[in-house]
Amino acid sequence: MAVKVQIPAPLRSLTGGQSEVEVDASDVSGLIDRLDSRHRGLKERLCDADGNLRSYVRIFVNDEDVRFLKEKATPLKTGDTVAIVPAIAGGRG
Amino acid sequence: MTTFKDLIRRVKSEVREVSPDEAREMARQGAVIVDVREADEWVQGHIPGALFIPRGFLELRIEEKVPDRSQELVLQCAGGTRSALAAKALQELGYTRVSSMAGGFGKWKEAGLPIEVPRTLTPEQKSRYSRHLLVPEVGEAGQTKLLAAKVLLVGAGGLGCPAGLYLAAAGVGTLGVVDSDVVDLSNLQRQVLHTNASVGKPKTESAAATIRALNPDVRVVRHDLRLDASNVMDVIAPYDVILDGSDNFSTKYLVNDASVLSGKPSVYGSIFRFDGQASVFLPRQGPCYRCLFPEPTPAEMAPSCDEAGVLGVLPGIVGLVQATETIKLLLGRGQLLVGRLLTYDALTMRFQEYRVRRDPRCAVCGDEPTIRQVADLAWSCHFEPRQPAPA
Repeated sequence: MAVKVQIPAPLRSLTGGQSEVEVDASDVSGLIDRLDSRHRGLKERLCDADGNLRSYVRIFVNDEDVRFLKEKATPLKTGDTVAIVPAIAGGRG
Repeated sequence: MTTFKDLIRRVKSEVREVSPDEAREMARQGAVIVDVREADEWVQGHIPGALFIPRGFLELRIEEKVPDRSQELVLQCAGGTRSALAAKALQELGYTRVSSMAGGFGKWKEAGLPIEVPRTLTPEQKSRYSRHLLVPEVGEAGQTKLLAAKVLLVGAGGLGCPAGLYLAAAGVGTLGVVDSDVVDLSNLQRQVLHTNASVGKPKTESAAATIRALNPDVRVVRHDLRLDASNVMDVIAPYDVILDGSDNFSTKYLVNDASVLSGKPSVYGSIFRFDGQASVFLPRQGPCYRCLFPEPTPAEMAPSCDEAGVLGVLPGIVGLVQATETIKLLLGRGQLLVGRLLTYDALTMRFQEYRVRRDPRCAVCGDEPTIRQVADLAWSCHFEPRQPAPA
């Protein structure tokens, strides 16, 4: 299941500057593992030590927040677009 | 030969006349009061909620305004004569439930019934806002609303400057500006209310001077302070809308909680390097910032603030999205970014939209809120790496 993942600016240092990557995964959990195996450190930014999605990063599948779907068990199919949207708060001054 | 007196006597015998008190009761039950006086009479005061169609345009415009021939109508003028003639004309057009208010607006006022005196634009304002007046969604009524509106800009920085500049140009009558900083040379790359000459001066002073120079209709209220739990509720109290142009999580959560607790709309914007976000949080009608992000990004996970940086034009785009939403909110027009998070990526030049739902578990606007008053959030950019715990 090839899905497109949009990487926000604060995480692009982990993807070598890429703003979009394509990953094969059948659910959000698998997608995060796949991402982390290719871009070490991404999982830690998205999940806490218990593996739960962090409360300051949202993951949307086709514009819908996975918290209102099946969280990490949300299924993915080819052509889906996954967006990672972190809380941001400007620079200083 | 029929004299005017004969004519009016005949007309009055053919139309139903009602007293101002009866007219008011009929309006309460759904009747439309149609004021057929001239514009110069209307602007000096009219019945609240009345439909204004001068006598000369009545037959031309009534079908568009009131297509239903069985709608109850009460025609009203200054003394009851023009309205009787108007009522007769509408009966001939097929309107079946038409009456004329005896004694007109004069009698209405004498009876001590409520009137509304519209604010009118000066000739200079008509010229200044002429491009707004030409847009039916704004018009004179909308411009009058903008002039009467009070918007609080939280921050006169990257977002607050472009938003403030355009809100001022649009004639938003009162702009509060909260900022405790002074202008630094490094601000001028994006903070367009400030100039070289204002480096070293308080941002509120510089913002006020620029806004005044742009549009003397705007009253600027300076709040030379940093928002915190002790002052936020008092500061926001006089305003209709809060425009959140803050640059840190502490203020964002404080503004959000104050917005929810006071019921005041908050127009949100955030920026980072090439990325922007915007949304509108309408308390009780849509989600809030905590529904979207229950907690702030901890300092150790956030990119160092000093390194963060931002493309100068980015806050211009996001700040103007906020200004646009603010104006729509004040006018009551269009579809707002309520329940929608707009993101903007300047590098790929892509706007995307995500659905934001109200979270029933939200700490401030959920079903069982745990936040019942504002509190300061201990979030700081100046993150110190944690010391290893002693063995």
